Amino acid sequence: MAVIFLIATLFIGILLYFNKNTSVHYSFVVLYAVLLCIFGVYEYYHINEIEFQFFKPDSLSVIMLLALCIVSIPAFYHAYRYIVTRDETPRSRGLFFASLIVLIAAICMAYISNNLAVMWIFVEITTLSASALIYHHRNIRALEGVWKYVFICAISITFIYIGILFLSLAMKEAGIDALSFDELMNHAGKLDPFWLKLAFLFIFTGFTAKMGLVPMYTAGIDAKDKAPAPAGALLSSILMNMGFVGIYRVYAIISKTEIQQWASTVLIISAVLSIFVATVYMTHIKNIKRMFAYSSIEHMGIVLLGLAVGGIGIYAAILHIVLHTFVKPALFFQFNQVYRVYQSKSIYDVGHYFKYNKAGAIVILLGFISATAMPPSGLFISEFLVFQSLFEAHRFIILLVILILLTMIIWGFGSNIFKILFTPPMIIIKKQIPRISPWDSVSQYALLALAVYLAYIPPAMFVQLIQEAVKLIQ
Amino acid sequence: MSDILLIIFAISLLFMSIANRIFTYLNILIFQGFILFGVTFLALSEINTINLVLILLETIVFKAIAVPFFLKSIIKRNKITREAEPYLPNFVSLIVVTLIIVITIMMSSQINDTNLDKTIFVVSLSNLFTGLYLIVSRKKIITHVIAYLVIENGVFILSLAVGNEMPMLVNLGIMLDIFASVLILGIFLNKIGDVLKDPDVSQLRNLKD
Repeated sequence: MAVIFLIATLFIGILLYFNKNTSVHYSFVVLYAVLLCIFGVYEYYHINEIEFQFFKPDSLSVIMLLALCIVSIPAFYHAYRYIVTRDETPRSRGLFFASLIVLIAAICMAYISNNLAVMWIFVEITTLSASALIYHHRNIRALEGVWKYVFICAISITFIYIGILFLSLAMKEAGIDALSFDELMNHAGKLDPFWLKLAFLFIFTGFTAKMGLVPMYTAGIDAKDKAPAPAGALLSSILMNMGFVGIYRVYAIISKTEIQQWASTVLIISAVLSIFVATVYMTHIKNIKRMFAYSSIEHMGIVLLGLAVGGIGIYAAILHIVLHTFVKPALFFQFNQVYRVYQSKSIYDVGHYFKYNKAGAIVILLGFISATAMPPSGLFISEFLVFQSLFEAHRFIILLVILILLTMIIWGFGSNIFKILFTPPMIIIKKQIPRISPWDSVSQYALLALAVYLAYIPPAMFVQLIQEAVKLIQ
Repeated sequence: MSDILLIIFAISLLFMSIANRIFTYLNILIFQGFILFGVTFLALSEINTINLVLILLETIVFKAIAVPFFLKSIIKRNKITREAEPYLPNFVSLIVVTLIIVITIMMSSQINDTNLDKTIFVVSLSNLFTGLYLIVSRKKIITHVIAYLVIENGVFILSLAVGNEMPMLVNLGIMLDIFASVLILGIFLNKIGDVLKDPDVSQLRNLKD
């Protein structure tokens, strides 16, 4: 199925790029969405079956894959709305949809690949397709964003490659000859700790560019800012999940060896620094889209903290990243409507959003409550579990620091969000404001509700999948 | 023999740290490409012939000929000034690169691994760090690209250390090369030349908080 899916993606992508007919474009995108859902469900029912030697959907990849399917469908709808409202040329529309589906397919494949080298290839392809999305507007700012993104991702991919080389040096001694995760997990004890440490450092640094953590988070912020909002939603949810899957799988190998403690310290340092960086920017940021992007960095820091501390934290980390996958795109999708009203990303130009689009304003409010993990939101549960794991591990100082930083983030986030919703804007030309249909906000409500549902009344199959994924570590 | 080539390779880094003109950088890149050809030929003695020919072709065609000449044509077409424009004086760069090499040598003496050729380890890591240093200490975008290619060369040498056991990894390295050349050089330097008259990083500094 994986191969059929890849070939179909390639085929649809090429047709989208070369065809200029409107209805053909949309019907192909719908076809692809259907195919994607079939693929997700198929992999769920064929869990842990090796396909085509390199692909093996385990529980972690199935969770991520299903989340990807759920987010992709509203993403396609909002991409369609985005294209329609802006009167794009057929050529740029074709390229936009083609790179969107290639990005999604590459992320799917990276989730389910069971071989580090194969995963690395798909990570490369995501850089390629994401750069086409970021450069969609073809102006100098977009060029700057895409240049930084491509350059930093190229360096990060080189880092992952160096990590793979060090890992293979360790494997050479241990007598393992395939880079598959299963093989590495089974023989983890035999790997030389020195090479393993170097490999982990390089691979982790490489994946931080995709996941959005210190040290290589910078490129992702510009990318999410410059990419059209539906693409930005995907970049800040499923693409970050891909980075998480990469780090998770490598950490799972490390957790079977004696250097687990050292690796978890590295993760904690990176996590705390990420949350710190997010706090610094969130408290004085003036660009709404970049604010959402920094909020993602904060959440990734929390996820990594849960992963590093262990215990219940690993469960919480996976739960948190899945819920974040639903919450953050909702905010990005809604941003599109905000932009259509005010024609600006700056916090100074917006205000009184309740007056212009009631349904959308409620989405922003609920999205804010969800993203800052206040009690009715699903993220509250997962964040609480991360704090619990920190408490159980007697990491009180880290817990205290994180709580203070998160409070500051809520203040910064909140003051901007309430400015959008309630304070009157400085200048606004009322005649030019288009009427926004409340139907454009339906998918956001669904995503936010899904995040609450999964956290408070989790279906048995969801819990079971996460528990199986947790078993990879330890 | 392979050791001598690698040491010459490391010396070329020192030369690169004090180079003033962009064309000198490119000439060093060409030189490194030819050395890589020799090292590959000597190091990969156990893999099958077709793969070896492929890898050798890649080093000579991509690393030594196509990419440097393409960069030269970009420089001429966009009328980029010839100065490398470092932020730091050349003397400091020379000291930094020397320190990088010394530190990697000291690091390598910590390893007691009989499987690894330490010269390869030292040369590739010093290439990596020198490349990163060149990226942060030079002003122009084109110098950043050249520094990235230096990193690639270092990584390629490292991949030779496991090349005999896992030729697939060397091929992956080639894929990385082609990916970088096509994506960074082919698309973006052309585009940057179209949008910006003088491809200088200082013009790409508007996205910030």
